[in-house]
Amino acid sequence: MAEDPYSVLGVARTATAEEIRAAYRKLAKQHHPDLNPGNKAAEERFKKVSAANELLSDAEKRRQYDAGEIDETGAVKAPPPGYREYAEAPHGARYAYEGGGGGGFGGENFEDLFGSMFGERARSGPAAGRDAHYSLHAGFLEAVNGATKRLTLPDGLTLDVKIPAGTATGDVLRLRGRGGPGRQGGPAGDALIEIVVAEHAFFTRDGQNIGLVLPVSVREAVLGGKISVPTPSGVVAMSVKAGADTGTKMRLKGRGVPAHGGKAAGDLIVTLAVHVGEPQAALEAFLRENEGAGAFDARAGMVAP
Amino acid sequence: MMTLEEVLRQVAGVGEAEVSRWVALRFVRPEGEAGAWVFGEMDVARVRLIVELRDVMEVTEPALPAVLGLLDQLYDLRRRMRRVNEAMEAVLTAEMRAALARHILG
Repeated sequence: MAEDPYSVLGVARTATAEEIRAAYRKLAKQHHPDLNPGNKAAEERFKKVSAANELLSDAEKRRQYDAGEIDETGAVKAPPPGYREYAEAPHGARYAYEGGGGGGFGGENFEDLFGSMFGERARSGPAAGRDAHYSLHAGFLEAVNGATKRLTLPDGLTLDVKIPAGTATGDVLRLRGRGGPGRQGGPAGDALIEIVVAEHAFFTRDGQNIGLVLPVSVREAVLGGKISVPTPSGVVAMSVKAGADTGTKMRLKGRGVPAHGGKAAGDLIVTLAVHVGEPQAALEAFLRENEGAGAFDARAGMVAP
Repeated sequence: MMTLEEVLRQVAGVGEAEVSRWVALRFVRPEGEAGAWVFGEMDVARVRLIVELRDVMEVTEPALPAVLGLLDQLYDLRRRMRRVNEAMEAVLTAEMRAALARHILG
């Protein structure tokens, strides 16, 4: 960082133009490169002294420097941000008015402002407490089957929230009387809890139905048979018809989202996906020996664009 | 974040005793304990504001609490106004905003 030009010249900030000129001449004589051949330090010093003189000998530049408008190299300094920029930002509340005898303006309480904005008289008498808004994350199966989750409130208290079966992301649960306290005997506000449901590793949700892409082996697909299928309410057995294929859809009635709120239970829509699995010598040998087995034009429906 | 010394270097025309007094009077509210205050950018801007009030607008020190108190209340209201505006922007439909504007303006 460059030095203050006044200290470079060794003069007071109040120095007159004459004093500055005298100080410059004295130092320039002392450090002039021609009088100090090969002396790098003197050369540097001389440059600084010259720069300082250039700035301070120009009345306008000196004024700008003194006012902080330019720095010692003459570059224009950005004016420091005014107080207003900080005060109007949300964190300007650091300097919220303290003299009002408590209350203050912080927090979420807009009622007073709306009251004054729309010319309403300050209300007295009983008033209901404010509703408190929270969000709560639920697992996929917790939301499908229903669960009770504990919500820790900002004040450290906990709230047991009963998530009903069939809850979806964006659903808002209302716990009556669990919001802000009422005023002068008014009822407490409600707690409004918005649910955010997590994704599941293999289940997907479509309203009341649940989707599942179910891997089956080549053997299961070709020969059919009973296979076990995970459902939101546990594993069930399902028969796969011989000749099933990737994309074959099967519907397990009533194995989706349980009935709730007047909606019937949904179904589990299973979409089969044939997996070949690890290479098997026996399968390989069979296919080699039986050229027709398993052979078909798998890309028949594909027409090049 | 800066120390008192750095603040004094950044703001021309103010001394340690004055800033310390302003902190004691809660005109300026740095973090940390006395002797180890930590000033944020807003605190520095506020010191600068007080210096300008005093030197440029000739507000005497006894009048400072009243002036700063009024400024703080003004900014409190402006912050809230801004939040209300943002809330209305986010919540109200275009028709509702237009109706509100008509109501307020005319």
